[in-house]
Amino acid sequence: MNPGIDLQRTVVQALIELGLPAGVAKTIWLPLPMLLMVIVATVSIFICVWLERKISAAAQQRIGPEYIGPLGAMQAVADGLKLVFKADITPAKSDPWLFTIGPAIVVIPVFLSFLIVPFGQNLVITDLGIGIFLWIALSSIAPVGFLMAGYSSNNKYSLLGGLRAAAQSISYEIPLALAVLAVVLMSNGLSTIDIVNQQSSYGILGWNIWRQPVGFVIFWIAALAECERLPFDLPEAEEELVAGYQTEYTGMKFGLFYVGSYVNLMLSALIVSVLYLGGWNFPIPIATITGLFGLSETAPWVQIISASLGIVMTMLKAYLLVFLTILLRWTVPRVRIDQLLDLGWKFLLPVSLVNLLVTAGLKLAFPFAFGG
Amino acid sequence: MLLLPLSASANVALVASLNLAEGVQLVSLILLGLIMVASALGVVLLSNIVYSAFLLGLTFISISGLYILLNAGFVAAAQILVYVGAVNVLILFGIMLVNKQEEFSVIKNAWIGKAATAAVCAGIFGLISTMVLSHPWAISTQTAAGDNAIEIIGQHFFSDYLLPFELASVLLLVALIGAIVLARREFIPDAEVAQATSLTLPERPRELVAAGARDDR
Repeated sequence: MNPGIDLQRTVVQALIELGLPAGVAKTIWLPLPMLLMVIVATVSIFICVWLERKISAAAQQRIGPEYIGPLGAMQAVADGLKLVFKADITPAKSDPWLFTIGPAIVVIPVFLSFLIVPFGQNLVITDLGIGIFLWIALSSIAPVGFLMAGYSSNNKYSLLGGLRAAAQSISYEIPLALAVLAVVLMSNGLSTIDIVNQQSSYGILGWNIWRQPVGFVIFWIAALAECERLPFDLPEAEEELVAGYQTEYTGMKFGLFYVGSYVNLMLSALIVSVLYLGGWNFPIPIATITGLFGLSETAPWVQIISASLGIVMTMLKAYLLVFLTILLRWTVPRVRIDQLLDLGWKFLLPVSLVNLLVTAGLKLAFPFAFGG
Repeated sequence: MLLLPLSASANVALVASLNLAEGVQLVSLILLGLIMVASALGVVLLSNIVYSAFLLGLTFISISGLYILLNAGFVAAAQILVYVGAVNVLILFGIMLVNKQEEFSVIKNAWIGKAATAAVCAGIFGLISTMVLSHPWAISTQTAAGDNAIEIIGQHFFSDYLLPFELASVLLLVALIGAIVLARREFIPDAEVAQATSLTLPERPRELVAAGARDDR
């Protein structure tokens, strides 16, 4: 296996050669990828908001934002600045502590989950053995934040919205985890790197989407519900619940929910591309291309190009999925709460169980194709 | 300490990095321990039950942090998934969906109950302290399983721990069926039932305003 670029080793090596002790060199390296990932996640909010506004506008034959920045690209910055300067109101008789901690609990796990998102063989913060399981575990913390925000607002709509959001989140976590389990069964490991490597042999034909079409659809529906995107955005259904658990929030506390939902959308899109769309892999394997042109796969410039291509591919797939969610938003109507729970418990759960069973059976029957 | 043929400077660097890692571990251990003890005390001592429930979540998270320090990543993630994501959310749901305010009548000789509770607690405390003091806390020389822990746990589940595993799943199935039975009760819509007033949210009475009434002041 071609190891690709290992930035950590290179940077630490360079710092040691500058005369620093190894411990210090490693300590200097440690925050860099984390900082980079936080920046990537934060910038993705602005991109997602801009895409959301522009694509929504195109879907409704409007123009959308066009004055702030080129093509209105700075609109999200203006929105964010507005939120920062808004008065921070804590409603009367609310619980100020829980009211403040609630949004933070929703946002922090989402950012933490970026620990395991890979952009290349070595372009990942940590290659944890529990990989994708960490994401499932962290995403289960969010309902606590919803309940906290809903309860502390001293508002019936907020409380109901918080309970709804938590119920939705925990009921769609089960099909989500079962769909992931089927993928894990095929890749013999929970590590995101292993999952991508297992799909990398035959280019686009080796991607999990062909072997797990049902799992892909289940995962995508459940991920949309986890992100509270339309058609599953009923925790904040404006007509019935004002804005659910966000009703009483203003300023940057509301902004945190906003940030959390968009980063979560981006994260889910990245995870889908890792689990089902081959992660950083180009539709044609890099080894085939280099073989065709008679190039050495370990030549430095080839490695730089293939690493950049990997990052571009991961982002491209993720943003394609974000585009799909925005189109879905204007295509399908919102489901009711009973329809939502029916879909989750009576349709997705049995289907995902059957999918898991079929995957296990296929793995035993065709070990060469299903990672025996 | 590993004795490797290293040059002097590299050896110093190795010691420095080890010290750094150990220092971080020690500080995290102390912080996690403090958070855990403080939040656990809060669960017991605070009178607001919602605070207790949220602090219970914090306790679970700090326990999971201790598992991470022990190189047990899978157990730590499972701890968060099961205890914070499921148990704690369930407790919160229970608290927030039940809005029953009950007047408790004063019981005679209430001190007997309190004394019995104190005796039981003291007994448990005594038992646990004896266990802590008598147990030979020899640190295992085996290296931690780390990432292989998942496979080892899986193998144990399907060999020597099969019976407890299956019993736990049967217990969960029983709880599941029980929950469905409880949830599927059919109410007779027209039957008059005395509605308990404590189930409504306390609300300030509001003056009714006639439609179209004008406020000429």
